[in-house]
Amino acid sequence: MAEARKGARGRQEMPRQDARVRIHNFNEVALGYPLKVAIEEANRCIQCKNPQCVTGCPVGVRIPEFIKALREGDLWNAVFLLKDKNSLPAICGRVCPQETQCEERCVLGRRGEPVAIGRLERFVADWERAQGMRTPERAAPVGKRIAVVGSGPAGLTLAGDMAKKGYEVEVLESLHVPGGVLVYGIPEFRLPKEIVSAEINYLRSLGVTIRTNVVVGKLYTLRELVAQYDAVFLGTGAGLPILMNIPGENLNGVYSANELLTRVNLMKAYLFPEWDTPIKVGERVAVVGAGNVAMDAARCSLRLGAKEVHIVYRRSREEAPARAEELHHAEEEGILFDYLTNPIEIYGDEKGWVRGMRCIRMALGEPDASGRPRPIPIEGSEFDMAVDTVVMALGTRPNPLVFSDAPELLRTRHGTVVANPANGRTRMKRVWAGGDIVTGAATVISAMGAGRIAANDMDAYLSNGCPEPWWDETQSSS
Amino acid sequence: MYRIVHKEVLTPVTKLFVIEAPEVARKAQAGQFVMVRVHEKGERIPLTIADYDRQAGTITLIAQEVGKTTHMLGSMAVGESLASFTGPLGRPTEIASYGTVALVGGGLGIAAIYPICRALREAGNEVIGIIGARNADLLFWEDKMRTVTDELIVCTDDGSYARKAVVTVPLKELLDAGRPIRRIWGIGPAIMMKFVSLTSQPYGVPTIVSLNSIMVDGTGMCGACRVSVGGRTQFACVDGPEFDGHQVDWDLLLTRQRIYVDLEKQAMEAYVAAVASQHA
Ligand SMILES: Cc1cc2nc3c(=O)[nH]c(=O)nc-3n(C[C@H](O)[C@H](O)[C@H](O)COP(=O)(O)OP(=O)(O)OC[C@H]3O[C@@H](n4cnc5c(N)ncnc54)[C@H](O)[C@@H]3O)c2cc1C
Ligand SMILES: Cc1cc2nc3c(=O)[nH]c(=O)nc-3n(C[C@H](O)[C@H](O)[C@H](O)COP(=O)(O)OP(=O)(O)OC[C@H]3O[C@@H](n4cnc5c(N)ncnc54)[C@H](O)[C@@H]3O)c2cc1C
Ligand code: SF4
Ligand code: SF4
Ligand code: FES
Repeated sequence: MAEARKGARGRQEMPRQDARVRIHNFNEVALGYPLKVAIEEANRCIQCKNPQCVTGCPVGVRIPEFIKALREGDLWNAVFLLKDKNSLPAICGRVCPQETQCEERCVLGRRGEPVAIGRLERFVADWERAQGMRTPERAAPVGKRIAVVGSGPAGLTLAGDMAKKGYEVEVLESLHVPGGVLVYGIPEFRLPKEIVSAEINYLRSLGVTIRTNVVVGKLYTLRELVAQYDAVFLGTGAGLPILMNIPGENLNGVYSANELLTRVNLMKAYLFPEWDTPIKVGERVAVVGAGNVAMDAARCSLRLGAKEVHIVYRRSREEAPARAEELHHAEEEGILFDYLTNPIEIYGDEKGWVRGMRCIRMALGEPDASGRPRPIPIEGSEFDMAVDTVVMALGTRPNPLVFSDAPELLRTRHGTVVANPANGRTRMKRVWAGGDIVTGAATVISAMGAGRIAANDMDAYLSNGCPEPWWDETQSSS
Repeated sequence: MYRIVHKEVLTPVTKLFVIEAPEVARKAQAGQFVMVRVHEKGERIPLTIADYDRQAGTITLIAQEVGKTTHMLGSMAVGESLASFTGPLGRPTEIASYGTVALVGGGLGIAAIYPICRALREAGNEVIGIIGARNADLLFWEDKMRTVTDELIVCTDDGSYARKAVVTVPLKELLDAGRPIRRIWGIGPAIMMKFVSLTSQPYGVPTIVSLNSIMVDGTGMCGACRVSVGGRTQFACVDGPEFDGHQVDWDLLLTRQRIYVDLEKQAMEAYVAAVASQHA
């Protein structure tokens, strides 16, 4: 807890659980600022006339304004200003990749460290939650019904916005708990589930109905929803795991990161046998990939008792897509990083369990389509890693289940839905989409931003007597 | 929601539940399953839709008590509710007019083939049923099966009831006798499905099996249920559960079903101890 505070110029450190302690529990790692420290940090902001930080935020949070209210001690006003653009600040303050968004543009970052915008956002939101829930005012009903498919950040944002505008909103979620990746993917030690359920309760208090165990595409088709509701929003994310198709991938002990994280976070396998769902993580674990998902899988493995956990990534630390803080925390916890390394085969023992993984070393070449240097295998550099568990965290794509019986919905060859970025409309009339289902695996805040854009257009469309044209073939190519 | 409206004890280890689930009942088709959670801290387990009643708005499930979750389910009473109930999942059986078809149900598999027999019969097929169990005590639904088959062969492994044989024996006899069987369904324990597939293979009769791999979500997002069919990895919950039995990698399925045996045993023992102390 006793982190040394930096001088006036540096940003305030956030207390966190000691790495040696936290690898044995699932409690939150970062502990949040105390009030005094939050105000000191807020004082660092020079209140730019033309704040660049705001341009880095995908939803344009009123950053200098909420920070000013905070340092003046007017916390309710800070809450109001913050929530004007971001309905889930307790979550974004914790999981946004601030270093590539708001904080990257902060002017203080040019000479020293940027204002810790994310931590301040978290502080204000946590303060609000500690005050107990306020019952929001409900808008007069407009008499129109909206179906929101999927309860991740995109769907929740749209649901909240539309409810506030007076629409009757029903959220349809396939799992038994709402929240999307916030619940089944991101672990408790990064985002306590209590925060997500507080947000869900807030939506309920706005009059939003949340129906779990409803798999759209199976229980109802999209076509049926369009017939029964005035508008439909698709926010089903990108939940389908990508595998490598290398030999041995079906051995016992090989997991998709989705399976490992779902067992641990949604099903609470870390509390087995008090909770019924088991998980089996061995002593030596290799996690393939270096995004947030990989870090989460690696850090969960450690907490489940693994002695040695490797991140195996074909590029270098520079290109690792994980948030800076997660990489840093993973390193602190003793995760081993094998950069420029790619698996080519997993092999097993006579009982069908993983015994090891054959890898090849990589070198970085010219940039590829993603703009990152292309990894090239170094011939003859194969070597074996003795591991008993392998976790594939190579990315995800949209689950096609929701698309049954919706042939007019335009999709890309990556399986994502084509939607107009300006308003969220898909080619299927009265169906909007946003979040990972459109962009592929991205971020919480971009999903929320898409939910908000779609909500604004949905409201405009429904309140203006549904004007034509719905879709312009030329402008909406993705 | 998901209230138990009727319960029957079919065998000492097999219980039938009729669950109130009108929306699922409206959509359910033969060959599909639901994911069930018995209590708030429970795991999600797949159970086949053994029957559905669209009018009454109910789904019938038949569960065999093998571990903690199915035992807990077995101890539930009419009026109690399941914690969650998600479905209908999986692809429905391909129902068409094939001509003569044979459906082989081993043990619990009888529950799974019943709605398929009914649908195939309604589609105009001549339906031959073969049902079997280890012994007389474990056999159920013989009467119901008679109502949806044109011919029903009943056997037990130990001969304690009806014919003493494993289900593949009468199947082979039918095939040898030259019955014009166009398609076979074999549903039951993995090992039984493997042998049904091996039996029919030399005769070149397409054989459909329903793979019972371990599942978590049942909607394609985890890959726990992956199986190998024709050398390709498939997710049993969304690509199946029915597959071409001649193409299935049976050893992989049998190996993957055992991933958690030790932990499942631990959970079961703890549960038995807890129940015992409650009754003490
Ligand atoms: C492990 C992990 C860690 C991450 N860490 C971060 C991070 O630190 N910072 C960050 O910004 N981003 C992070 N991300 C990415 C971020 O979580 C996603 O970009 C974001 O959640 C996408 O939101 P969404 O609303 O589009 O979809 P999701 O959150 O995926 O929610 C979609 C919901 O739809 C439901 N659904 C799917 N199909 C159906 C259907 N047919 N019918 C009904 N419901 C359906 C799903 O069950 C799910 O609940 C992480 C992702 C993962 C997996
Ligand atoms: C598509 C499908 C349909 C099924 N239909 C039925 C049915 O109608 N009636 C019925 O009694 N059983 C059915 N099963 C099997 C049933 O799901 C398992 O028996 C049940 O999960 C066992 O749980 P348990 O806790 O009681 O036993 P455990 O002690 O946990 O396990 C006993 C055995 O069940 C298997 N199993 C455990 N957990 C799962 C899981 N989450 N998913 C699948 N298998 C698991 C394991 O391989 C293990 O060998 C079906 C399975 C599948 C995949
Ligand atoms: S929402 Fe995210 S990007 Fe925007 S200000 Fe907050 S932390 Fe920064
Ligand atoms: S850029 Fe930095 S200093 Fe300027 S207003 Fe934004 S947070 Fe404050
Ligand atoms: S059960 Fe998760 S993908 Fe099939």
